[in-house]
Amino acid sequence: MSEFLHQLASGLALGGVYAIMALALVMIYQATQLVNFAQGEMAMFSTYFAWKLMDMGWPYWRAFFATVAVSFIGGIVIERLIVRPFANAPVLASIIVFIGLALIFNALAGWLYGYSVVSFNTPFSGRSWFGNVYMSAHESGAVLVSLAVLALVYAFFRFTSLGLAMRAAAQNPTSSRLVGIRVGWMLALGWGLAAAIGAIAGMMAAPIVYLDPNMMGGVLIYAFAGAVLGGIDNPFGAAFGGFAVGVLENLMGAYVVGSETKLSVALAIIIGVLVWRPYGLFGRRLVARV
Amino acid sequence: MSAPILEAKGLKAYYGPVQALFGLDFVVEERGVTALLGANGAGKTTTLRALSGLIAREGDIRLRGKPIGALSTEDIARLGVAHVPDGRGTFVDLTVDENLRLGAYARADGKDLKLDFERVFAYFPRLAERRRQQAGTLSGGEQQMLAISRALLTRPSLLMLDEPSFGLAPMLVEEIFRILAAINRDEGVSLLLVEQNASLALDLADHAVLIETGRVAMSGSALAMRADGSVRRAYLGY
Amino acid sequence: MARADELARFATLAVFAAGLAFPFLASGYHIYQGAQTLIYAIALLGLNLLTGFNGQISLGHGAFFAIGAYGTAVLATKAGLPYWAAIPLASVVCFVAGFLFGFPALRFGGLYLALATFALAVATPQILAFKGFEGWTGGFQGVILTKPKPPFGLPLTGDQWLYLVCFFSAALLYWAARNLAKGRVGRALVAIRDHPIAAETMGVNAALYKTSCFGVSALYAGVAGGLSAIAVGFVSPESFGLALSLSFLVGVVIGGLASLGGVIFGALFIEFVPNIADQLTMSFGESAKALPGAIYGVLLILAMAAAPTGAAGALRMISKRAAGALGFR
Repeated sequence: MSEFLHQLASGLALGGVYAIMALALVMIYQATQLVNFAQGEMAMFSTYFAWKLMDMGWPYWRAFFATVAVSFIGGIVIERLIVRPFANAPVLASIIVFIGLALIFNALAGWLYGYSVVSFNTPFSGRSWFGNVYMSAHESGAVLVSLAVLALVYAFFRFTSLGLAMRAAAQNPTSSRLVGIRVGWMLALGWGLAAAIGAIAGMMAAPIVYLDPNMMGGVLIYAFAGAVLGGIDNPFGAAFGGFAVGVLENLMGAYVVGSETKLSVALAIIIGVLVWRPYGLFGRRLVARV
Repeated sequence: MSAPILEAKGLKAYYGPVQALFGLDFVVEERGVTALLGANGAGKTTTLRALSGLIAREGDIRLRGKPIGALSTEDIARLGVAHVPDGRGTFVDLTVDENLRLGAYARADGKDLKLDFERVFAYFPRLAERRRQQAGTLSGGEQQMLAISRALLTRPSLLMLDEPSFGLAPMLVEEIFRILAAINRDEGVSLLLVEQNASLALDLADHAVLIETGRVAMSGSALAMRADGSVRRAYLGY
Repeated sequence: MARADELARFATLAVFAAGLAFPFLASGYHIYQGAQTLIYAIALLGLNLLTGFNGQISLGHGAFFAIGAYGTAVLATKAGLPYWAAIPLASVVCFVAGFLFGFPALRFGGLYLALATFALAVATPQILAFKGFEGWTGGFQGVILTKPKPPFGLPLTGDQWLYLVCFFSAALLYWAARNLAKGRVGRALVAIRDHPIAAETMGVNAALYKTSCFGVSALYAGVAGGLSAIAVGFVSPESFGLALSLSFLVGVVIGGLASLGGVIFGALFIEFVPNIADQLTMSFGESAKALPGAIYGVLLILAMAAAPTGAAGALRMISKRAAGALGFR
């Protein structure tokens, strides 16, 4: 029983990472109907950036927030320079561009930082919190950070004017333009936000899965699975899906398929959900326009 | 009479490679009301879309003398042109309150927001009751009120409406037109009105422009158009 | 137009002749590289039919390649089948797998299919290494195969024979693909890609075409995988990961979506770019490992910017303009 709870608890830690990655994916999907296949590699690159800063002597939290800020700006720049030109191209073209972006970030990380695995600091040191037997200190910290991100993003979209404008731009670009909202910049901001969230996800994941250029490949798949499970057009459904996938992956890995075959769980979830309930647990029925 | 608030010369518009307007000329006077009349498919909606920059257009379009023919839709909106499109363009997944807040989003002067809300609710009390309701669940008439209110919250100089009477019960239509008249008279907002219901439009308007297949067929004062025999027969039904 | 056709036919013959002569003019390792190029070309033919002609995005064709490779390995080592029986058999399995995958793929549509196949590509090495299959697949260690020897005591080296097997397989499969693409089937596939609803109302059974196309493209990948297994002499899980599937995508994009002839360029590209990068690693150290990824990434973006519908789309555009200029509107 205690082993089960332990698996459950550490599943929540990575689940938090998947939840916020899924949130980032869904944010971009809602605005553009596209999934950013490069989200994982961008997050990995941000994490390496933080690692480099700490390597140069920066204290953890300063490096953390600097990385988030730089990633935010980076996301905006990428949207304006690389994604924008393909706004009216067919879906296949955009997907290929995202894959290209992923390959470039992966290569850049390998070139700048090398291919050997490095360890990444966590600010949450020590064995555990509150005498908690089931989660390490970092795992507890990661869950809290994920929840904090989710809460902040929710508050931003719900209570601020800018958040409202971004929601409007995603839902109805034409009407948004008619009230003077610069829809293009709303899109860029969305990418910036997604990149910032991805950076946080990467920095939370790195102490658990260790930092190397291929760190986020698996994480991205789990985030996909979470987003699909929760409903790809529902941000908080997707976050819930992320937590669920984290726990499921851990439990299945411990008791059913073995820890080396955990990715097949994600694959099964993706295919299963898309076949039986394509709009996920909390999404809305997708209507195909003729 | 002062200079016109909106002046269009040689307005052409395109849906992709297909040309829909072939060189329109018309004006909207400052504090005036101009009606765009015509049958279905004549190009009235296209005209508003072209003025708002939603479709490809050519020609000389000036807002208070300033050319706007090359500006983006959002820039035109920020200059004080509020366009209530056909279908109303409501943000159906957002609440009434959020829809209204979006109207005020891009304003240069953020103050007096509370006053503006009160003014709008004075025109349309029913909206005040439904503030927290999701906009998509409102009736057609209420959505029209919402659309007009949102447009008013942008503090426009020119309000362009596409078929405000569409699909509404006659009493509601009368009420809305009464309010439009009040907006024009009391707040000095110029109106450009696209209407299939020619009689209603001519009652409200000072000027009227009759469009047929993308060209101006006739234009003049509303009174003159009302009196004109061919217009009466074709569009007023008597 | 007849002259253009003649020219094309002449070009094809010339390429065929050059390819046939190649193993007798080049030396050992280069012949092996030639064989690998042909193997990739076969896989790219299949992917091009699916993604280029039929518009179904697959980021996971490495999985079908793996089924072909592992299928051949298992049949050869466990059932003792000779390679010329094992490969076709494994390919049939691939066809069935692809066909079956095609059914859920019908429900997915563009983006979700990309997502699902991406997940498939990432999960494949783990599935191949699964302890439960270890008896057959050898887990992480993989399976070793014996390389084919030339039959009937022909005076050829092992490499030359291997090359010729790949060459004739590729030629046959190219010929089949070309006929498929040019005929009614090809037109139906393209119609389904561009105007799916219109195609349905004209009586094209879209579902059958799409699943069959998936099956055929998986079959091609399977043949390529099987040939790869006997060429390398060894299969193991790591060789069949995301990188392989993405290489296929790059190859198809470079060669040109819906351009069967272009496939050879794509294949040459993905065979030799990593090679060159490897050589550079020796001079510039480990960071040169990043080169293929960077080149692939940049080229993918440039290719989409230059011609979003690929080389085929660009050619169509050019011929339309030319026709217009010559007064053939």
